[in-house]
Amino acid sequence: MDFFELIFTLGGFLLLLGIGYVAGSSAERKHYASIRKREEELRSFILVQSKRAPETPNCTTAFVSGSVVIGMDYFKLIYSSICNLFGGSVTPFESLLERARREAVLRMKSEAATMQAQYVCNVKFSTSNIKSVNGKGGGAVEVIAYGTAVVPGP
Amino acid sequence: MHQSQLGEIMLLSNLEYIPGYKVEEHLGLVQGSAVRAKHAGRDIMAGLKNLVGGELKAYTELLQESRSQAMERMVEEAKSLNANAILNIRLATSAVAAGAAEVFVYGTAVVVSKE
Repeated sequence: MDFFELIFTLGGFLLLLGIGYVAGSSAERKHYASIRKREEELRSFILVQSKRAPETPNCTTAFVSGSVVIGMDYFKLIYSSICNLFGGSVTPFESLLERARREAVLRMKSEAATMQAQYVCNVKFSTSNIKSVNGKGGGAVEVIAYGTAVVPGP
Repeated sequence: MHQSQLGEIMLLSNLEYIPGYKVEEHLGLVQGSAVRAKHAGRDIMAGLKNLVGGELKAYTELLQESRSQAMERMVEEAKSLNANAILNIRLATSAVAAGAAEVFVYGTAVVVSKE
């Protein structure tokens, strides 16, 4: 490759990496701040992990769920490929999945809260990979949180 | 149809029972699945999102629609068996082809009556 072409390609790559890092980490920080704020608001809402709902006379139940698809920025994609090369814990995926799980649970809680539910029981998670049409750089994950909301009766 | 609307047609629960009701009859496994592919144009936007990361709203909506459709199909199958409730509902999503995702919902169809 011509010398200038090489510099150009490398420069382009580093620019994308830079944009990915800056935009990505700022978006992540904003998302975490929004997650923390909504978790504070919904903190009094109870999630019960057991398979039996707490005794609630005259209640109605409904199936509630919350889902989200979150993708990684360019910097994290490259960084995770490097982590995959060397083995060990892949930290970009850890923060991605944590964000997605917390967001999914918040959405499920707010759907249950709009129905005036008291608890959500038997909360389960389903996680899956999203592949994109190009084949390269899927890097996105979908998390669904679902459970049974118990609405106390009159 | 959104799951709250489906909930009016049939009782849905991911518990092994419905509080306040008892199971009269078990009618077996019912399931519904939906496979959706995303519009090519919107997938390009998702590709751009791969630069900055964050929530892929187009995919979230796609999968929510598929989930509603899959649940509708499961409820239809349960209705054809004359069930009035579905217990132990589980969800599974998987990417089947590039740009397409399958949502699979399954549960046990039962006939319940108020305690």
